[in-house]
Amino acid sequence: MRHRAASILIAVLAASLLLGSSSVHAIAYTQMPTPQLEARYLHLIRNFRCMQCQDESLADSPVDLAAEMRRHIRDMLLAGKTDQQIRDFMVSRYGYFILFKPPFVAKTAWLWLTPGAVLLVGVIAALVIIRRRAVLVASDPQDDDLTDA
Amino acid sequence: MSRFVNRFTVPLAIFAVLVVVFAIGIKDSPDKDLIPSPLIGKPAPAFALPSLTDPGRKVTSAQYRGHWYLFNIWGTWCIDCRIEQPMLLRIKQTGIIPIVGLDWKDDPKDARSYLKQAGDPYQSIAVDQDGAEAIMWGAYGAPETFLVNPEGIVVYKRIGPITERAWAQDILPRLPLTSTPDAASSS
Repeated sequence: MRHRAASILIAVLAASLLLGSSSVHAIAYTQMPTPQLEARYLHLIRNFRCMQCQDESLADSPVDLAAEMRRHIRDMLLAGKTDQQIRDFMVSRYGYFILFKPPFVAKTAWLWLTPGAVLLVGVIAALVIIRRRAVLVASDPQDDDLTDA
Repeated sequence: MSRFVNRFTVPLAIFAVLVVVFAIGIKDSPDKDLIPSPLIGKPAPAFALPSLTDPGRKVTSAQYRGHWYLFNIWGTWCIDCRIEQPMLLRIKQTGIIPIVGLDWKDDPKDARSYLKQAGDPYQSIAVDQDGAEAIMWGAYGAPETFLVNPEGIVVYKRIGPITERAWAQDILPRLPLTSTPDAASSS
């Protein structure tokens, strides 16, 4: 009987500890009236950068400014704005820097195209080297340098 | 010789290109504390907000149509704003350009008593207690100051306190020549 009382006490303490710590870290998101709006809201705030803690999203940042921006986004959603309109608004005030995923525009084209270009160069270089080597090996089997590589 | 060239020149060339790319990237990497404002060259947000000093009155962007003004976002909680305060008072003394304040997320009572004690550099002060107006201006810290021209276009943004240097090099040269540039230092 005593044992049970003690274990209940421990369980209650552990639970209150868990609840207490979670309330410290969790960011109080406002509930949206419908699951659809809730999903759009969460998707939006996860893809905007907090301008103060710049490696965190608006969804993760605990600073006041992020809370105000979340509220502003919520208000725009409730006013019937589309995701694109909300993104455009945020970019018009804070610039592309606020987007975690940079858009494909003239200024960022190199960012999106470079990996493909590098891959293409690599594939071409590999093909050229393989062909050249095949030819060399066939014509000069004594060449150590090429056969042991 | 030709074999040496084949084997090392290509990787070396690629390495050299990467060094140049990274060097440019490091040198030009934007200072994350100074994010350029997309509002420059665009109309300043229209506002009509309660006045801090005269709560019955409104401070509006329409009142400043046809005038140059500085729009200064500040709060009594902001240490850098207190550092900036003497410079704002000097700017006021020159009489060159009015300063419109946006008292951001502040207790109006605190703001009024602070200004009474430290001096009030503002021609008018708008109250933004819940922080909604600051988002319109793309503010993410304080102080931030916007220079707005008579057509209502933002021509310059200063992030952080206005220094003597910023005033002389970034703000005064953008104003029409009718105002005397020496007036600032003679205060």
